[in-house]
Amino acid sequence: MGKSFHTPLYPYARHPDQDASAPVRHPVIVIGAGPVGLACAIDLAQRGVPVVVLDDNDKVSEGSRAICFSKRTLEICDRLGLGDPLVDKGVVWNTGKVFFGDRKVYDFNLLPEEGHKRPAFINLQQYYLEQGLVARLMALSAEGAEVSIRGRNRVTSVTSHADHVALSVETPEGAYPLEADWLIACDGASSPTRTMMNLEFDGRVFEDNFLIADVTMQADFPTERWFWFDPPFNRGQSALLHKQPDGVWRIDLQLGRGIDKAEEKRPENVIPRLKAMLGPDVPFELEWVSIYTFQCRRMERFRHGRVVFAGDSAHQVSPFGARGANSGIQDADNLCWKLAMVLDGAAPETLIDSYEAERGFAADENIWHSTRSTDFITPKSETSRIFRDAVLDLSERHAFARPLVNSGRLSVVSSYAGIALTGPDEGGPVAGQPGRVCPDAPLTSGPLLDRLFSGFTLLTIDADAPDQVTDGALSAARLALSVSDDPTGALAERLLGDAPSAVYLIRPDQHIAARFAVFDDAKVRAALRQATGQEAA
Amino acid sequence: MTDLTLAPNMAAPDRSYADLIAAHEGLTKEQSDALNARLILILMNHVGDESVIRAAIDAARLE
Repeated sequence: MGKSFHTPLYPYARHPDQDASAPVRHPVIVIGAGPVGLACAIDLAQRGVPVVVLDDNDKVSEGSRAICFSKRTLEICDRLGLGDPLVDKGVVWNTGKVFFGDRKVYDFNLLPEEGHKRPAFINLQQYYLEQGLVARLMALSAEGAEVSIRGRNRVTSVTSHADHVALSVETPEGAYPLEADWLIACDGASSPTRTMMNLEFDGRVFEDNFLIADVTMQADFPTERWFWFDPPFNRGQSALLHKQPDGVWRIDLQLGRGIDKAEEKRPENVIPRLKAMLGPDVPFELEWVSIYTFQCRRMERFRHGRVVFAGDSAHQVSPFGARGANSGIQDADNLCWKLAMVLDGAAPETLIDSYEAERGFAADENIWHSTRSTDFITPKSETSRIFRDAVLDLSERHAFARPLVNSGRLSVVSSYAGIALTGPDEGGPVAGQPGRVCPDAPLTSGPLLDRLFSGFTLLTIDADAPDQVTDGALSAARLALSVSDDPTGALAERLLGDAPSAVYLIRPDQHIAARFAVFDDAKVRAALRQATGQEAA
Repeated sequence: MTDLTLAPNMAAPDRSYADLIAAHEGLTKEQSDALNARLILILMNHVGDESVIRAAIDAARLE
């Protein structure tokens, strides 16, 4: 099963567009069939927007790559219709251990809060996520949605016009032109689209090399994240061990600077390193090896006319903290409902600028955390290393030092509080503050997040309101709840607090747009306009 | 928010200073650096307040 990335899932097939007398125009073209591009395509297709995905390849990506998917990614995948198979396949973990030198200094438990449908994280090879996304996309297509992937369609030029984008596409049978009202570039950290458009990608380059090895072994290591600082088997460097499905383990070894990458990647050099780590008696097989360095950088603007960048093409972080693929999926989550509304004429084109504001803010947060983690793992000066080691030594004895240990601050979802679309807050629990993702709660009828609508939801808790609120082309459908719908009390604790009632306006991406004590038609309609970029705060 | 105390505040300044110096006796430069780092982190945690810690860092810069 682990070798599934060798099978073409969407082989090249000639499309009538290639024989058209004039370039065919599509509402949305997505470049790149990685997790972010596929998530965009599914989200748009579910919203009734026809979308074409162009990919220079015809199979899922090789090697495990991103392996750690956050609760929010799983919730988004629930909305996209593929949460269950991912969670069924994935490995759930909660415990992490930190080692310094030859001893364990402490362990932590992510201690997930009760009453959420999805766990804090699962580990899953990226190719399984991509397979799930491709399968879902094809199922939507089979049901009649206008969504497709064109394999081995490589975009060779991108020309942005005022109201569309013109593309040249290279295929095994020659080139053809295409046009799109909107283009979403999800073509990765080395984005050819970005290069073709001569756009900058600035930030910090880190010089340390890391070796990633996926090994298959039947070992009795527990399902935990183990991180070593300066271990005996990799002196002066770091190491990470993490479990994936199918008996595959991710091993990440820091190699330092100025190494010969080609030489270090050879199995005869990799295997002794792994034996030193795992012990001489643990049999294992090498499944995939890669050596990487990384950058923390972003594009200044994510939107350039009708071209929008999402995922690694727009922003790149170190792997520590699982902030790459997870933030990319959140980009898709943020962008697609907005794009669908703009294409539908229900919202102005400027709504797309809020994608840049909200996800740019999230990218800055992710880069900040990722840079701090990297500085802790690979100290850049002697003094930095002295303090790092002091933190680790203290963490073994004193609880205060443990929050300072930084082997990756694990991805959490950003709040859009204070950004233009986020409306008024008449008070309530912190978990329900406008800008945040609506917290889940275990209703007797099922998880709260599964009950939210694909458009705007007007969530009322013990409050009167009409079944539907409309304002021109905008609308929100009511989800009427009572505190008694959740006997565990989580709903009341997270969304009501001490108040007798609450009214929440929730966006299609499940972020809270505004909250009120009681329903007020004028206030809710104003918040709806604000949440769709039609009215300033 | 409390202000950073830069007026005399140690109950027994001579003894506390002597304790600090004594703690470094017989240590190598490397061991001393590590001790200082641990001490700074422990005192930072004891202070707790972000603005006081920042004011202390600024004061230490002698700018």
